[in-house]
Amino acid sequence: MSKFDPNTAKPCLTGRGVTKVFGMGDKKTVAVDHVDFNFREGEFVSIVGESGSGKTTLSKMLLGLINVTEGEIDFMGQPRDISSGKKRKEYWKGIQAIFQDPFASYNTFYKIDAVLLDCLKMTGKGHLPMEKKVELMTEACSFVNLRFAELTNKYPFELSGGQRQRLMIARIFLLRPKILLADEPTSMIDACSRSTILDMLQKLREEINMTIIFITHDIGLAYYVSDTVYIMEHGKFVEYGPAEECILHPKAAYTQRLINDVPKIYEEWDLSTV
Amino acid sequence: MGKIMLEVKDLKTKYITRFHEDVYSVDGVSLTIEEGKSLGIAGESGCGKSTLALSLMGYYFAPLHYVSGDIIVDGRNISGMNPDDVRKNILGNEIAYIPQAAMNALNPTQKIIRFIEDVIHAHDKSMSKKDIYDMAKERFAILGLPEDVLQKHAVELSGGMKQRTVIAISTILSPKVLIADEPSSALDVTSQKMVIKMMRDLMEKGYIKSMIFITHELPLLYNVTDDIMVMYAGRIVEKASAKDMVFDPLHPYSKGLMGSIIVPEEGVRDHKLTAIPGTPPNLKHPPEGCRFADRCKYATPTCKAMDPQTIELPNGRMYSCLMSERKLREVYANE
Repeated sequence: MSKFDPNTAKPCLTGRGVTKVFGMGDKKTVAVDHVDFNFREGEFVSIVGESGSGKTTLSKMLLGLINVTEGEIDFMGQPRDISSGKKRKEYWKGIQAIFQDPFASYNTFYKIDAVLLDCLKMTGKGHLPMEKKVELMTEACSFVNLRFAELTNKYPFELSGGQRQRLMIARIFLLRPKILLADEPTSMIDACSRSTILDMLQKLREEINMTIIFITHDIGLAYYVSDTVYIMEHGKFVEYGPAEECILHPKAAYTQRLINDVPKIYEEWDLSTV
Repeated sequence: MGKIMLEVKDLKTKYITRFHEDVYSVDGVSLTIEEGKSLGIAGESGCGKSTLALSLMGYYFAPLHYVSGDIIVDGRNISGMNPDDVRKNILGNEIAYIPQAAMNALNPTQKIIRFIEDVIHAHDKSMSKKDIYDMAKERFAILGLPEDVLQKHAVELSGGMKQRTVIAISTILSPKVLIADEPSSALDVTSQKMVIKMMRDLMEKGYIKSMIFITHELPLLYNVTDDIMVMYAGRIVEKASAKDMVFDPLHPYSKGLMGSIIVPEEGVRDHKLTAIPGTPPNLKHPPEGCRFADRCKYATPTCKAMDPQTIELPNGRMYSCLMSERKLREVYANE
């Protein structure tokens, strides 16, 4: 279903021995424990794990929101440098995120057009005439099936959950980052709008050859959307590989358990194994 | 045919907003559940699932108001009852309700056994604490919950354990109908499975006589309930057995919903997910004809003008669409 080819794609974000430790001494918690990864250009990667497995800590490290205790992360083949605020902002031009709660991602006092205008400013299009900007914003909104004319002068709280999340995707469309990190983007919306959001992410990836890192606890969803799946348990990747292989023929006991615990429709769901 | 545990006839309830507008979020719902059966209710957010659950309890508080219709629990009509009477005589021993965030309902300063004493004393003041403890211990053992939970505070329990404890507490009086509104949505898959196992045990061992299970997660519903009803804009658009509903939906809306199922099984990747365009209608001013007409691929001008009647098929299936069963199947086959 995707055009991603693992043999020719160049590495986009790689990590070696990435570790995050919270606390010290007796209270030490190793949230992420020496993980290695190689996300390639145009790849749809899913990171699957239960609550507390370290998915979100890893995503924060990837975004550069928290420091890495140990290990290295390379971005586009070069060591990532986020030592100063300015460099970090530069890095964020290449990596963007969508979070679980779309409402928390907006400034409540900003109108929708202000949100989108900010994106244009970030990509260096701030000097363009207003008509051109409106044209770009309209294009971005129509990409996610929203009508820009109806959104101007509205505040984020006036939109529905699905609309807010779609607007988030319109932002990404304007920013055109190399990597999009999506942290449970569909867990707060119902199944119907979920398909719409997933469709849009796929379309967006094809349009700008973006890497998508999709963080989820829903293994069925990971199987459906991704090229590659990483299964995370207690801060470590217990299994990773192409989605078909990883989910249909799991090797790690943890993956098998996760798959067993999800309700199925074609096979019997075994309730005796709890 | 078993004994009918819950019968609802043409139930209508409304919300009155701050601006004194009426929103009919449950608009003419009829259903019956027999003893030992479970019924699932599916639908997208805002279709009235949770309002239906609240309405079925017969316990109304503003802004929710009762309009018309009958709710008959095991032969007793509770629809016109005073809310206080409902709370004292119906909730707990006839109908039990588990909301989505049930686990947050536990008072952190009290031990679990105190809640059980509360529930029992609300209905029967004569039971001693010792008897209650023994009864609770026995029930917990049967449901696979450790006994020491009874002496713990809510904060000492994990999310899944809290949810299971709440279910055990609310069913301690063996209600006739259990209404569970998304009881496992906030949990991870393993705890979810434990909750489901427990609800199945409750049904099998006869502690609850029938169950209504509300969720938007269709694979879960398929595995838990005997029948599934699909709700749209305050109305029931289709009712069928779980299997028929998932593999052979009739109503175009159910068809769309079933097209959005994702499970980690072979072949699922090759399906194209279907999305239903648009948003549900505003129930302040519901459309005149079929409420789904605006979003329906197969809608004709008649659909927008005429309200479809509920059609009952010989095998007990129900759906409300202007197109006949044969016509619908023809349309789907041609896609």
